[in-house]
Amino acid sequence: MGELRLMKGNEAIGEAAIRAGVDGYFGYPITPQSEVIEYLTSEKPEERTGMVVLQAESELASINMVYGAAATGKKVMTTSSSPGISLMMEGLSYIAGAELPCVVVNVVRGGPGLGTIQPSQADYFQATKGGGHGDYRLIVLAPASVQEMSDFVPLAFKLAFKYRNPVMILSDGVIGQMMEKVELFDPVPRWTEEEIIKMSPWATTGKPATRERNIITSLDLDPSRQEKHNIHLQEKYRRVEKEEVRFEEIACDDADYLMVAYGSSARIAQKVLQLARAQGIRLGLLRPITLYPFPAQPIRELLGHVKGILALELSSGQMVEDVRLAVEGKVPVEHYGRMGGMIFTPDEIVNVMKKTFLGE
Amino acid sequence: MEEVKEEIKLEDIIRPENLVYKKTKLMTNNILSYCPGCGHGTAHRIIMEVVEELGLQGKTIGVCPVGCSVLAYEFMDVDMQEAAHGRAPALATGIKRTWPDKIVFTYQGDGDLAAIGTAETIHACNRGENITMVFINNGIYGMTGGQMAPTTLLGMKSSTTPFGREQRLMGYPLKITDLVAQLPGSYFVTRQAVHTPATVRKAKKAIRMAFENQLQKKEGTNFVEIVSNCNSGWKMRPVEANKWMEENMFPFYPLGDMKVDGKLVK
Repeated sequence: MGELRLMKGNEAIGEAAIRAGVDGYFGYPITPQSEVIEYLTSEKPEERTGMVVLQAESELASINMVYGAAATGKKVMTTSSSPGISLMMEGLSYIAGAELPCVVVNVVRGGPGLGTIQPSQADYFQATKGGGHGDYRLIVLAPASVQEMSDFVPLAFKLAFKYRNPVMILSDGVIGQMMEKVELFDPVPRWTEEEIIKMSPWATTGKPATRERNIITSLDLDPSRQEKHNIHLQEKYRRVEKEEVRFEEIACDDADYLMVAYGSSARIAQKVLQLARAQGIRLGLLRPITLYPFPAQPIRELLGHVKGILALELSSGQMVEDVRLAVEGKVPVEHYGRMGGMIFTPDEIVNVMKKTFLGE
Repeated sequence: MEEVKEEIKLEDIIRPENLVYKKTKLMTNNILSYCPGCGHGTAHRIIMEVVEELGLQGKTIGVCPVGCSVLAYEFMDVDMQEAAHGRAPALATGIKRTWPDKIVFTYQGDGDLAAIGTAETIHACNRGENITMVFINNGIYGMTGGQMAPTTLLGMKSSTTPFGREQRLMGYPLKITDLVAQLPGSYFVTRQAVHTPATVRKAKKAIRMAFENQLQKKEGTNFVEIVSNCNSGWKMRPVEANKWMEENMFPFYPLGDMKVDGKLVK
């Protein structure tokens, strides 16, 4: 068993970064995720592993520091919260276009605008549908515990390098701020220069006489070549959709009704499930772990016995659109959410459940 | 009437009778996309000459901007990255911090470095990032069709200041290099030109120093401004543009070193 610690979700991200052999973290403080950079700087990662931690002048700068280092094959990441992530959208579009591996964590807070510092899940569209300009996708992981905040850091890097694609860990203020027991994974060493060159032969590590120069760009002014590049990206995304869907099912086997919820909503939904089952309602929970690719097929497979679906989100209803696309009108799909930093209670949802599906 | 498609081929240009001098080894065979008379080609060439002469090709990583030199990676035979508009110093920071032994340079125009990328420029220099920044200042946005730049002179015409830049409406031209020189993080700051053989020699010497300082890990940023022309954007013939530059740009942007070895030049 690995080392156990009681940690905040944000601290777990920081510790996981050091242990995952990350080469560089570039960030800018914003509530509710500033503990990530505070934890990292206090841990002296330069002494522990040689990892670079730098506070940038803005989120524009931090995401572009990530771009520069990612383009050299280094394992690099940044974290922020909603308004800061909006500023990173330009950089993420370039990173996706140039096909660079990196990890971005969004500890979501309520919006729009400056909004609030309280938790929210209203950045779902931005994370899963592109967000920046152009046809691109991020691979999006949704942790529902402090344990997953830690575990998803190495997983995110694995996927980022496998597909040469930016990966977002879409968390929220609840998961970032709450403390839970975490089993930390064993540290892995940072890659050596030789390993980087072998693993990422495309990287701009300096041109030796033995190869052509490497160029990292998202620009191609020739529309026919640019279209080809876009087709290549879309083929990659289809591959991701086929191979990387992750989800968790709780009490779905005999469920008459199904909740679909991710992140902190899924934690609340677990209590809802207990309460409903105690009252004899056969309720199940499907928790998407990857929001992109969305677990559409696993939801479809439950439609034999599920009579109605309730999408629970801390938003006005964003993920529910993907649930509806998956269900294709075969059963009613309803949404319940709170906005602006408010959080639903289990009792509140049990009542919504009964009203929506049982006519009570 | 049949349409005649004119395509310039490499063979049409590189012919024995045209070979008046040898191409710089680290410039690629791609045909430059710059207008005839533009200073970019010369600036590219002297950077690549310095990289070659110092034997740095294998450890150099360049970052290009958005602007006329957006395609600089097509011409320089080193590993290169293309940045979003203004963000080159952030990319360079990310590279240099994670690869402290590599040689990292940015190549940026005035809109890129002194307008949209002002924050990245100032903060990279203020942190004293151990990189080399080459700043081409021609007082205009060339690529997008000759609009006003932050460095456009007062009274100077551009497509967005058709009656001349007026301070009341558009503020003053920004002397960003003077600002950079004042920052404690900058180590070597100079302003050069590349329009005559003499200025090319001086500019190359400055660029060599900017790379040598980085190589020797002298603490701080190396910043080389090159005041250049834009005959297309200025709507002048190349020779006229160079004369206009000497008469109008140089008095406002005087050539010479501003900071050497971390000390301001009086």
